[in-house]
Order: sequence, then C-alpha cells, then structure tokens
Amino acid sequence: MVQVEMVDIYIMGKKYVVPASLTIMDALEFAGYQLKRGCGCRAGFCGACATVYRIAGDYELKVGLACGTKVEQDMYLAQIPFFPAVKQVYDLETLAPSNTAIADYYPEIYRCIGCNSCTAVCPQDLKVMQYIAYAQRGDLARCADASFDCIMCGLCASRCPAHIVQYHVAILARRLYARYLLPQAPHLKLRVEEIREGKYDAPLEALMGKDIEELKVLYNSRDIE
Amino acid sequence: MYTHQMMELIKKVEATRPRRKGVDYPRMAPQERQEVLRNFHPDFIADGFRPLKVGVNKGDKVPRELADLIEARSRIANVSLNLEDPTYDVDVLVIGGGGAGAAAALSALGKGADVLLVTKLRFGDANTMMAQGGIQAADKANDSPEIHYLDVIGGGHFTNVPSLVRALVNDAPMVIKWLEELGTFFDKDEQGNMLTAHGGGTSRKRMHAARDYTGAEIMRTLRDEAFNKGIKVIEFCAAVELLLDTEGKAAGAILFNLETEEYLVARAKTVILALGGSGRLHFQGFPTTNHYGATADGLVMGYRAGAKLAFMDTIQYHPTGAAYPPQILGLLVTEKVRGLGATPLNINGEQFVHHLETRDVESAAIIRECSERKLGIPTPTGMVGVWLDCPLIDLIHGEGTIEKQLPAMLRQFARFDVDIRKVPMLIYPALHYQNGGLMIDENGATAIENLYVAGENSGGIHGRNRLMGNSLLDILVFGRRAGWHAGEKCKEVQLKQLSLDHVDNYHRELAQNGVDTAGRVSPMLLPRYTHREALQV
Repeated sequence: MVQVEMVDIYIMGKKYVVPASLTIMDALEFAGYQLKRGCGCRAGFCGACATVYRIAGDYELKVGLACGTKVEQDMYLAQIPFFPAVKQVYDLETLAPSNTAIADYYPEIYRCIGCNSCTAVCPQDLKVMQYIAYAQRGDLARCADASFDCIMCGLCASRCPAHIVQYHVAILARRLYARYLLPQAPHLKLRVEEIREGKYDAPLEALMGKDIEELKVLYNSRDIE
Repeated sequence: MYTHQMMELIKKVEATRPRRKGVDYPRMAPQERQEVLRNFHPDFIADGFRPLKVGVNKGDKVPRELADLIEARSRIANVSLNLEDPTYDVDVLVIGGGGAGAAAALSALGKGADVLLVTKLRFGDANTMMAQGGIQAADKANDSPEIHYLDVIGGGHFTNVPSLVRALVNDAPMVIKWLEELGTFFDKDEQGNMLTAHGGGTSRKRMHAARDYTGAEIMRTLRDEAFNKGIKVIEFCAAVELLLDTEGKAAGAILFNLETEEYLVARAKTVILALGGSGRLHFQGFPTTNHYGATADGLVMGYRAGAKLAFMDTIQYHPTGAAYPPQILGLLVTEKVRGLGATPLNINGEQFVHHLETRDVESAAIIRECSERKLGIPTPTGMVGVWLDCPLIDLIHGEGTIEKQLPAMLRQFARFDVDIRKVPMLIYPALHYQNGGLMIDENGATAIENLYVAGENSGGIHGRNRLMGNSLLDILVFGRRAGWHAGEKCKEVQLKQLSLDHVDNYHRELAQNGVDTAGRVSPMLLPRYTHREALQV
C-alpha cells in the first residue's frame, strides 16, 4: 500500500501534520481551522490569503497566496489577511491625467529607495518597483499596463521601507488611464444615445409580446457572426 | 504537473491537432440538444432535488442541499435582542459586498440616501471578483438590444421573464458606459473600439473584457469608487435574518459580527439583498468554481421572510472546471479559453462537441463523454475529465496570445507546473451559478414591500440557463436599478415597530408540517472543509 506523504507545518508556531499535496489554505482547514479571514475566492483573484512563511533552517521570509502555494516540510506560516494601508480619496471626475496626478495623492512614491522588495514579494510576479518608477515619471499608460494583474493582496506595501502603498497607486493609475487617456468607445456612445432616444423600445416591446413558438423560429434562424 | 501516463495520452492530442486546427465541429440540432440535456445534465437527476415542505414555494423542487438549509431553524431562535435599540439606523441597508451590492450602494447614495453596506467577508470577496471572461452588451453596429434579447431568451430555453430580459439588454450599453466613465480598463483598440468576442450561445461578438480579469477589474473599480464616495462598509459582518416591521414590510436585518460573535440590530427603510449564490453547497457533490462565501444565505433569509423563489430547480454547471491538478479542482477555466478557439477532446484526442454550445449543453456533452461513452481521461486522484486543447489558441491567433489574453489562467496552472501554452488542460463540469433565486421585478423589487434583490441572489432574468457574460451584466443592471429605487423609496417610508414574528411563524410552520430540522440552523455563513480526501492515495 502506498503511503500518503505527510509534512509538518507550523501555523503561527503551532505544529500540525498534514498531507504534502495540500495548498496552505487546504492545510489550514485540514488542521481544523474554519477560515474567516484569510480566505476568499480560493482561486488567486481576490488577494485575501496573502501568507508569509519561512522554512526551518532558512533565514529567508517567503510569501505566497495560501490558495496557490503548496505546503512544505517545516513551513512556519502566518497570514496577512488585512493591511492597514492608506487609501487616498479622490473624485475621478475632477482629476486630470497629468504627469503629477499620482504624486499629488501619493507623494511617497518618490521615497522609493530601489530595494525591489515589492517586486520580490509579489505573488503575481508583477514588476512592482518598475510600475512605481512609471508612476514617478507620470507614465500612466505603462503604470496601468504593468500593474494590471494586481490582486491588491497588500504584500508589497507590507515590505516597503518607504511606506508606499503600491496597489493603491496602481489603481489610481489604471482608472486615470482608462478614463482619460484611452479613447472612449465611439460605438458605445452612439448606442447609448440611441437607447436614450427610445430607438429600441418598440422592437423590444414587440419581442416581449411574442409567444414561445414565434421566438423559437426567430432564435433558431438567427444568423451567427 | 501531469503524470507520465497523462503525458503519454497528450501525445494523441498533439497527433490530431494539425488536422483539427481551423476545422469547426458541427453544432447540435435543437432536438439533439434537448436529448443530451435530458439524459446527462445534473438538473435532470431526480434524486438531486426534493420538494419544499414549507413556505411560499411549498411543493416546489429545489436541490436537496438547499432544501435542508431552508428547512432549518433560525440562528437567532434563542438569542435575546432589543429591537427598540438598533446599533445601526440607516435609509438603505445593502447586504453583500460583491458587484451587485457595490453597484446598489453607489446608486442609492446617488439618490441622496444614507447607505450602509455589510458583508460577511471582505468588501469585494465575491464571485464578481472571479468572473474572468467578460460582460455582454450590444453596443456594436452589427448588434442591437433586440439581438441580445433573442440570445438571452433562447439561451434560457424561453423561460426567462420577458420584462427582466428587456431591462437587462436595454441597460447593458449604459452599464458599460458607466464603467468606462469610472475608469474601468477594458480591452480596446487604438481608436477606443471595444475588443469583443463570442461566448457560448451568443450570435454576435459582444463580450467585453479586461484581459481575463474582467470581474476583478470591475469589482476593484467599484470598490475604489465606493471608498471615494465614503460609503459606510462593515466587513466580516453577516446578516442572519431580515427584520420586518409590524406591517410586514422589510425594515432592516439582524447582523452577526463574525469575529466577536455578537448579534446586532440594523434598522433600515429599505433593504437590498445582494448575497450571491450557492455553489459552496456542492449540489450533487460537484466541485464548484464559486467564492468561499457562496452559501445561499440570501435565499434562506429572504425565503424565511416570505419572498418567493423562482427557477431554483435549475443550476448552471460550468463546462470547464479544472479536474487536475487536485489543488485547483473546480477552478474556473474561463469560457474565454473556448472563445479563443480551444476545443474539448476525449481520450483519443478527438473533439466530440462544438466548443461553444450553451453551457448546459456543453456540460452535458462532457458528462456523456465521460460516463456513457467512457472516453474520459482518468486522473490519479480518481477524477475523470476531458482535455481542453488550449495550445490551439496560439496556433490560431499567433504566439503570445495566451500570455496576453489569458494571464490569470496561465499563472494559475503554472503555479502547479502546467504550461497551458504547451499542453492541454484537463477539465470537467463544475457547479457555477444558480440560475434562479428570489423573484424580482424590473426594479429589483420583491413582493415584500421595501425589500429588493440584485445579482445572483435574484431569479427570473436568465430563466433556466444563463449565458456567459450576462452575470457581470445582470449584477450591475439590477444592482443599479435596485439601488436607485431603494434610494428613492426610502424617502417616503415611515417605519413601524420592528418585528421578528415571521421567524417565529416560520418555526411554527416547520413544526406544523412535521419537518424534522435535525439540529440544522441556517443561514450557513461559512462552509466547513476538512480535506480528508487528501489522505486517500
């Protein structure tokens, strides 16, 4: 009979023996936790399960998402389910996408000392320090693009010696860029005007009045792009 | 990482790939679609459902796991509460911190209402955040709300509520415009035209996307806006029961601080339920793509207060949940993967169904391939699945397409050493969406005065089957409508005394109908997993 490989892990210092195949999140549950904080989508999108860990004998602190990182033998771990970062409040409608738009709200971006801890720690493998450099230059397009996959887990900010909250800088860049520098969709503007003028009211009303057999004929004969 | 045996089987996929590339597998005829659904879709497994013994929908069939929660006692049965001294007293109470709740809160605030949003986990922890593929709206020249209407109602097997479909398709371009103005980073060309694609069951390319983080991009934008607007948000605070007033109108909720385990009274003039779906009930034992918090709390609370359920006998199984590696079992493989040309294949490397049938038909066809035809691919963990030939995407659209358009997928499989640019994914249908929910009208209103519902929590819009990209749309269309109406309506509400009589009455009804609740209490709030299956080899 084949044995299931088990490993020892230490959840906030307390030892548990868990199957080696599990993710950190599943291992917490295997150990008996019913998760409240530190668990969200369980699929790498929400950033709820940022986890810091160290393997016994190693000095290096590592990080990962609990939902996407497997346990290892002698893993010491703790979760960072919340990080008390500053989020500046602004009215997007009155902002301009200027070179200093980000620095006006987050001047600490210029305190970056280039240590690259943010990039090293990002579970999404984003070049975080690079996108902060774009923000320093006021290059909203590049900052928006390079930060796109950010899940706002907070690990970058937790390690930043300059107290930059990278993920809030990034969302401001993306919103400014998408609102003001990406051209607005011309076809969308047109369609919204048509709807406001009531162009589709009567045709939709007519469709609503049709019985199932009529609708089936229309549906089954519709042309597909 | 795939096993040696699986890598051997992948050679068959590689062998057939050149002759499959660019060849469109025939779509099913209407008759054939009905047949595969009847024989293989989980909705037709009679044993998966049972009729309710109490309440407005007495006699109607719902999934067994949901029936158990509905036929359960309230969490506050033995809790003493002072309804005269509410901790919170607001105009509009929004319950749920996903896309529908955020849209509702912003819209109610726009009407000048004092809004409180409470959510069981964090603001933004919701299925919205996980929606990858896109959001539908008929905003291109070759498309129209009428064409969208026909796709929605045909996809829903002509069972949808027409007035809800009209609201959905007519508001759709307005919703996209709203998002655009909020600075949502949609995929566009240099002129600003939206890059749109097909989804299962669409007759026009109207799927708007933000790479494969569409829902996340929408959610983080709305959340940021809610913070900018100063909306009051309380996290880790679940609602466990609705409050009515002595006239039977909605008047707030009993809240539960998950961390201190205190019960709190929140009084409100109007209430919006936006608590999402029920995938974490794992109907018929299926893995789910859903968020951790999807435990049907909104259905349970609304039903106990007297709101009606609709279409709760129909559940959407996403054709492509990950079947391997086990760490990501049930993980959503976005439909965009098929939209870009990846096709399902059996153990012989042969396609057996068109890759863009509606979700129910596609799922049923995959189940048939694995069960009746026995042509699925077994995994070392005892699962069975079919291949989804994703390397085809770069062959069709050029190298780098997967990296650019499916970064989330690429990353999630790479975390477990599967490079989806080079090898196919192994997939099997996963519990994805409750097609039904609490019945609403086109303003999101229910039969209980001052009670509104938005998002997956509601029912009727999608009939018996929802199309991809209509859920991100629905949460925003009806979140906004519910928010506007609740935000207006609260101005004329004169609250009477708060009451929980409906909870006592419900308990009495349970007893009168001989329901043995067997110690069950609901809503569930949090699932419990123990992962003992990991001890099996």
